[in-house]
Amino acid sequence: MNLLPRSRTARRRLWVLATAAPILALAVGLALFGLRGSISYFYTPAQARTAQVAAGKAIQLGGLVAVGSVDKRSDGSVRFVVSDRVASAPVVYRGDLPDLFREGQGVVAIGAFDSAGVFRATTILAKHDERYMPRELTRALKARGEWRGQGASPTYSGVKSGT
Amino acid sequence: MIAEFGCFALILGLCLSVAQAILSFTGRARRDAVLTGAGEGAALGAFIAVAIGFCALIFAFVTSDFSVVNVAENSHTEKPLIYKIAGAWGSHEGSMLLWCLALTGYGAVLALARGLPWALKALTVAVQGSLGVLFIGYMVLASNPLLRLATPPVEGRSLNPLLQDPALAAHPPFLYAGYVGLSVVFSLAVAALIEGRVDSAWARWVRPWTLAAWSLLTVGITLGSFWAYYELGWGGWWFWDPVENASLMPWLLATALLHSAVVTEKRGALASWTAFLAIGAFTLSMLGAFLVRSGVLTSVHAFAVDPRRGLLLLGVLGTASGAGFALFAWRAPLLRDRSTFAPISRESALVVNNIILAAVASAVLAGTLWPLVLEAFGRQGGVGPPYYNLVVGSLMAVAFVILPAGPLLAWKRGDAVAVFQRLTFAAAAALSFGVLVFAFTDPHKALASVEVAVGAWLALGALSEAAGRVRLFRAPVTESARRFAGLPRGSWGVTLAHLGLGLFVMGAAFESSWRTEAAYVLSVGGGLDLGGYHLTLTTVGDRPGPNYDAEEARIRVTDKAGRTVCAAAPSRKTYDTGGQTTSQVALCPTALDDLYIVLGERRALPGGGSAWLVRGFWNPWVRLIFLGPILMAVGGALSLSDRRSRIAVGRRAVSVATGLAGAQ
Repeated sequence: MNLLPRSRTARRRLWVLATAAPILALAVGLALFGLRGSISYFYTPAQARTAQVAAGKAIQLGGLVAVGSVDKRSDGSVRFVVSDRVASAPVVYRGDLPDLFREGQGVVAIGAFDSAGVFRATTILAKHDERYMPRELTRALKARGEWRGQGASPTYSGVKSGT
Repeated sequence: MIAEFGCFALILGLCLSVAQAILSFTGRARRDAVLTGAGEGAALGAFIAVAIGFCALIFAFVTSDFSVVNVAENSHTEKPLIYKIAGAWGSHEGSMLLWCLALTGYGAVLALARGLPWALKALTVAVQGSLGVLFIGYMVLASNPLLRLATPPVEGRSLNPLLQDPALAAHPPFLYAGYVGLSVVFSLAVAALIEGRVDSAWARWVRPWTLAAWSLLTVGITLGSFWAYYELGWGGWWFWDPVENASLMPWLLATALLHSAVVTEKRGALASWTAFLAIGAFTLSMLGAFLVRSGVLTSVHAFAVDPRRGLLLLGVLGTASGAGFALFAWRAPLLRDRSTFAPISRESALVVNNIILAAVASAVLAGTLWPLVLEAFGRQGGVGPPYYNLVVGSLMAVAFVILPAGPLLAWKRGDAVAVFQRLTFAAAAALSFGVLVFAFTDPHKALASVEVAVGAWLALGALSEAAGRVRLFRAPVTESARRFAGLPRGSWGVTLAHLGLGLFVMGAAFESSWRTEAAYVLSVGGGLDLGGYHLTLTTVGDRPGPNYDAEEARIRVTDKAGRTVCAAAPSRKTYDTGGQTTSQVALCPTALDDLYIVLGERRALPGGGSAWLVRGFWNPWVRLIFLGPILMAVGGALSLSDRRSRIAVGRRAVSVATGLAGAQ
């Protein structure tokens, strides 16, 4: 018994569908799997503390670089503290700091906490604009009432330390 | 005065676009050649008017007329001339003007094109005019680039230093020419849907326009990627940033369109799918413009962001593509395919290519917009490069495995066994190449070696297809040479483009797997090991530039035997305006690899004296990453120059009268 439809057009349609279905299924499957593994949520240090983010889980940590906390080591790594005025978290980063990385200014670090509670950043998000403030950070700061307007340094930062 | 004149010209351009749309539509509806001719004239006029406006803006930038808001915000008297000119499209307003210039420019070329069926041409010009109304209207009403300031400042705020770079000066014109080139394809598709005829004659016109847009887009993306590579100093060339994705998505759909248009042209099949892709590709172009300019997504490359106008731009996008897709939903069921094909045939291979490219574009779109999905659920966040690498990498791998077979398969019904026989050599060579890569690299990486082998399979597959066409080694050399000269340029274009893709895949796989990086704080005389090289910091000195001060290091690079390979001079520029600093990367190029050296900031040592953070990357085979896409674009241009796909050449000048007779 021939199960294939008799019309040639219908047969072709069936064939295209039979090709498309596995590829699309593969695409959707991969996408869902990829999304599960690599969605990184945005937290400020206080939110991260409340949410008890597990060590090793990739997240985005945003806040202000605490004044006086930047410590540049001779092996090229940098340690600094990200703070949202409620809580703070130590960050270690190996790599070039963006040209606009400043103490007292907003920063978003992408990476994960290690078991000691130190945030190991793989990327420091920076934009090529001197008036940059990451959007997530803007919103988090607004929610906390810390917002000072686009581009303005938060009041307590005082001095802009040049790099 | 010039600025006011330019402003007037832009408003005139808007009016002419309105006229273009109305005259052409009415002319088509009444079958009146005089009206449609007037519409074409209006299209030409709109281009000239917008070009005058564009020249006025360039003039304002070159003469540093700071009474124009745009110039005051983006220029500076001390800036070199080329960046004064490039500053004209460095801002939101200026880039929209460039967009409109390209849009009306394509409209003008379309109006001058001969040989297009009369009714289709009239409607296409009309739709192109409507797009012009939307975009020029947006520009004139909401983002006028020639607005005056009541109290002009003495000095401008200068262009962002990172944008003052030759690759980036050329990047937007290419990218926009590519983005907007897809508008013609969009207009052709909408016109054909209104006419209710999407056939091979139509696809014949879609293909050259797609080819042109695709080639320009390829060059534009490559320039942007190259800029990010050497200007940002991060050592990478693609970051899966929303702005990069915004340019990749229309490219993917344009690539799919390029291939499906071939099927529609040669076999009359896939008509409605081709029309759908044509509308989708330009929609993603517009979405790209919206994403880049609106600040909806956090991006590292987004410049000149303005959320309020972004919403307006979203309205423009929604109107244009909403109308296009609605029309498609209404008319597409009327379209009938004229031919059928067997499961093993070139049509089938191209269908699989299209499904995969469309799936990849959707996956990239989903990842790019995911932050908005999360936001709807009250969370903030996004997806990182692992998502894209997994999804895009795996899906493209499927496409790459079957790609070399595509051009060898016959239309309608192919012979899989014969094709496999012709590809045995390429498969064996690629496989052994992968084994060699695995054996000779340190550390050994199996998956990466397979990826390199896939790239080699693409490149060798393309070459062996060309070799088969000229019967290389099978026929006497003179016979091969004769065939070589006689091959149509279109088939060389295909070979070059697929070869370029193969080279790109090899480069990308090798570079991302075997790149090495080292960083250390060095004082003068200090050294650093990187791969098989040794870097020694010899001197650091000051070098003043036209609008910046630079601190320049001299770094001697020696290989294992102690021979000097090159003298690198990375520098760090501090700009007079804004005080922003940028790193000028030093590249030590070899045939395929780059030694990539970045000078970091100066640090005071505890015992007095200074030291500098020096970071080096060894990027093996990185040349292929930029060479591959350029080859692809050259392949596109070569196909475009083929006699069979020439656009505006009046081989058989179809007079309006005969066109009219045909339409009635």
